Amino acid sequence: MVRRLSLRSPRPQRARRLKQARPPPSPPPPPTAAPMDSPSQPPPPAEGGSSADGEAVELPRLTVTQVEQMKVEAKVAEIYRVLFSNAPNANSLMLELWREQHTEYLTRGLKHLGPSFHVLDANRPWLCYWMIHALALLDEIPDEDVENDIVDFLSRCQDKDGGYGGGPGQLPHLATTYAAVNALVTIGSERALSSINRENLYKFMLQMKDTSGAFRMHDGGEIDVRACYTAISVASLVNILDCELAKGVGNFIRRCQTYEGGIAGEPYAEAHGGYTFCGLAAMILLHEADKLDLPSLIEWVAFRQGVECGFQGRTNKLVDGCYSFWQAAPLVLTQKLMTIVDEQLKSSYSSKRLPGDDAGASSSTEAVQYAKFGFEFIMKSNQMGPLFHSIALQQYILLCAQVLDGGLRDKPGKNRDHYHSCYCLSGLSVSQYSAMVDSDACPLPQHVLGPYSNLLEPIHPLYNVVLDKYHTAYEFFSSQ
Amino acid sequence: MAASSSTASEEDEWVPPSRRPELADVTPVPQDDGPHPVVAIAYRDDFREVMDYFRALYFAGERSLRALHLTAEVIDLNPGNYTVWHFRRLVLEALDANLQEEMDFVDRIAECNPKNYQIWHHKRWLAEKLGPDVANKEHEFTRKILAIDGKNYHAWSHRQRYLVITRSPLLGGLAALRDSEVDYTIEAILSNPQNESPWKYLKGLYKGENNLLMTDERISDVCLKVLKNDTACVFALSLLLDLLHIGLQPSDELRGTIETMKSSDPETQDADLATAICLILQKCDPLRINYWSWYRTTISSQI
Repeated sequence: MVRRLSLRSPRPQRARRLKQARPPPSPPPPPTAAPMDSPSQPPPPAEGGSSADGEAVELPRLTVTQVEQMKVEAKVAEIYRVLFSNAPNANSLMLELWREQHTEYLTRGLKHLGPSFHVLDANRPWLCYWMIHALALLDEIPDEDVENDIVDFLSRCQDKDGGYGGGPGQLPHLATTYAAVNALVTIGSERALSSINRENLYKFMLQMKDTSGAFRMHDGGEIDVRACYTAISVASLVNILDCELAKGVGNFIRRCQTYEGGIAGEPYAEAHGGYTFCGLAAMILLHEADKLDLPSLIEWVAFRQGVECGFQGRTNKLVDGCYSFWQAAPLVLTQKLMTIVDEQLKSSYSSKRLPGDDAGASSSTEAVQYAKFGFEFIMKSNQMGPLFHSIALQQYILLCAQVLDGGLRDKPGKNRDHYHSCYCLSGLSVSQYSAMVDSDACPLPQHVLGPYSNLLEPIHPLYNVVLDKYHTAYEFFSSQ
Repeated sequence: MAASSSTASEEDEWVPPSRRPELADVTPVPQDDGPHPVVAIAYRDDFREVMDYFRALYFAGERSLRALHLTAEVIDLNPGNYTVWHFRRLVLEALDANLQEEMDFVDRIAECNPKNYQIWHHKRWLAEKLGPDVANKEHEFTRKILAIDGKNYHAWSHRQRYLVITRSPLLGGLAALRDSEVDYTIEAILSNPQNESPWKYLKGLYKGENNLLMTDERISDVCLKVLKNDTACVFALSLLLDLLHIGLQPSDELRGTIETMKSSDPETQDADLATAICLILQKCDPLRINYWSWYRTTISSQI
């Protein structure tokens, strides 16, 4: 009966029937995880086995994920119960973004990290980016000395033959190159921007290109959508993207879109939030977003927002604060792609075929203006409002992901860290601005959950750098 | 054990590299963090010392047995250090090492670090070197990891590398499997309609074959069956919507089911079937209210 075991889900009723199975967690109270500004609430989890499967079935054994899911739902429900039993003015306090504490936590990390951080010894440019970008979102600028120290440190991570490694003397790697370049763009000084050796960077990227067109992370490293995105994002940002680098990348990414609609790390793998952002953002920068099946991508992402109000990374996985960015950002990106989406919906209706099936044949040979795609995209107006529940997402981030001592986390019960601080705040920013038509307009108070002082700086969602910083960098590299 | 330098008992009496005779001729190379380091990690002494000796051999490009041993130590301290893994592959090749032993070594590390990119990449590199015979073992290894966590992304990716049955032309591809897969999936849906995975899989079985999806009566049947028990099942309503969108001519039963749902909601009275389903979804799936109201506008602009 292996089949049955894996198919059953642990809904409250069912859990009560578990007598001799391993100790079950206490059944969660009915979730009151009411998002939001609307009086209606999300449906409670379905009640398992009513008449359809009767009482005589074998006891299901819960999977690790199912048990964890019940615990998370219970914890989140408890937090929201407090919110909804509060007086409105107390709510405003509960929904505050703890700016000072976050700033302190992030600023401290920029200087010193404890011994346990040795596991991130090959990710130090990432640590720089997570902290400095999160600070920039909070409109906090470190001392000039600290900024110069970061520039010096990242120069030590820059390989003499191009690209950045995870620390001084380490092999150059595309992901740490992305982190280093984004950190330098966020600092934004002439010293920071001119420290990037673009000529060598271009050579490094060409070396990382596989015959299929996709990129590998480092010499002899893995080929995946993350490598493709980080290469294309950096190349676009510092204005070295050309046909040579772009060739074949779009076809690889297209092959990674799965039957579910999201994008996987490599062909035939499972749709995943991180790769879906990477894949879609890269396709837009390549001007090939029409090669993806956008309606099914939108549907997949929209369904990743769960009763906890935050996003999960994959179907049937737990909510995690970092997907506030990885999942909300693709939906925000599609707000500017509606012309293509409508086109695809129309053709799927008339030809009875899914869009994206016949894409790929239409690669033109004329010179493509890669430098402009990122810029033109952000200047475009949103063609509609967000396709996710932006207020609910903000509620999850503010109430479930914030840590009182500063920093943000995956979910209640987990510890804070710099990665989650960066991506929870990035998701919060994306969410706050998602209802606006123009990318440079200020959100209305009803679009910002909690006090209006919660409003963060807007970002360029294709690169995840603060918008002002992007414009400075764009101007700087356009003249290079 | 050629590939690994330390066992549990050896670890108890760990000798710092500076006191090992075989490393006596090596001058350790400290990390060049500059005068004002940022994100500075307070390394433990053992970590720092091993890294300093590793750097010395790495920068010198020394592909020797002692270099191999040292890489195992660094990997043990920080399996996320991709530079070390890369260097280790160069050393393994230069020494023409026993790669089956290397596979055992990496499997032991993978069991403690099942979500590490470098480890899975190293396994793939080894598997490709070892050839097709290793496929069964790799398949078995992923089974072990997936038994602990059925959603480990790396393990699934590794597994599909060795088992892409649905795409194999020898086995008739997806078409040959589809029929039995649809039955299996429907059974899964009926046993728990709130599990999203089989719903997605069901639609995926017909990707690019909208006509077949539309004409397979089992698809609309399972939606109706589920809705009979739970009129607010979002997955069933959403799949019905897809079917109508691609041109399904609704049966009397389907029409009847939706009409009954419509009668309890005055707003949907004058709406066509697809629009009515969208309106129902807006109510019973409030988290996706924006999505469903957008979806409604897309159908009204096309029909």
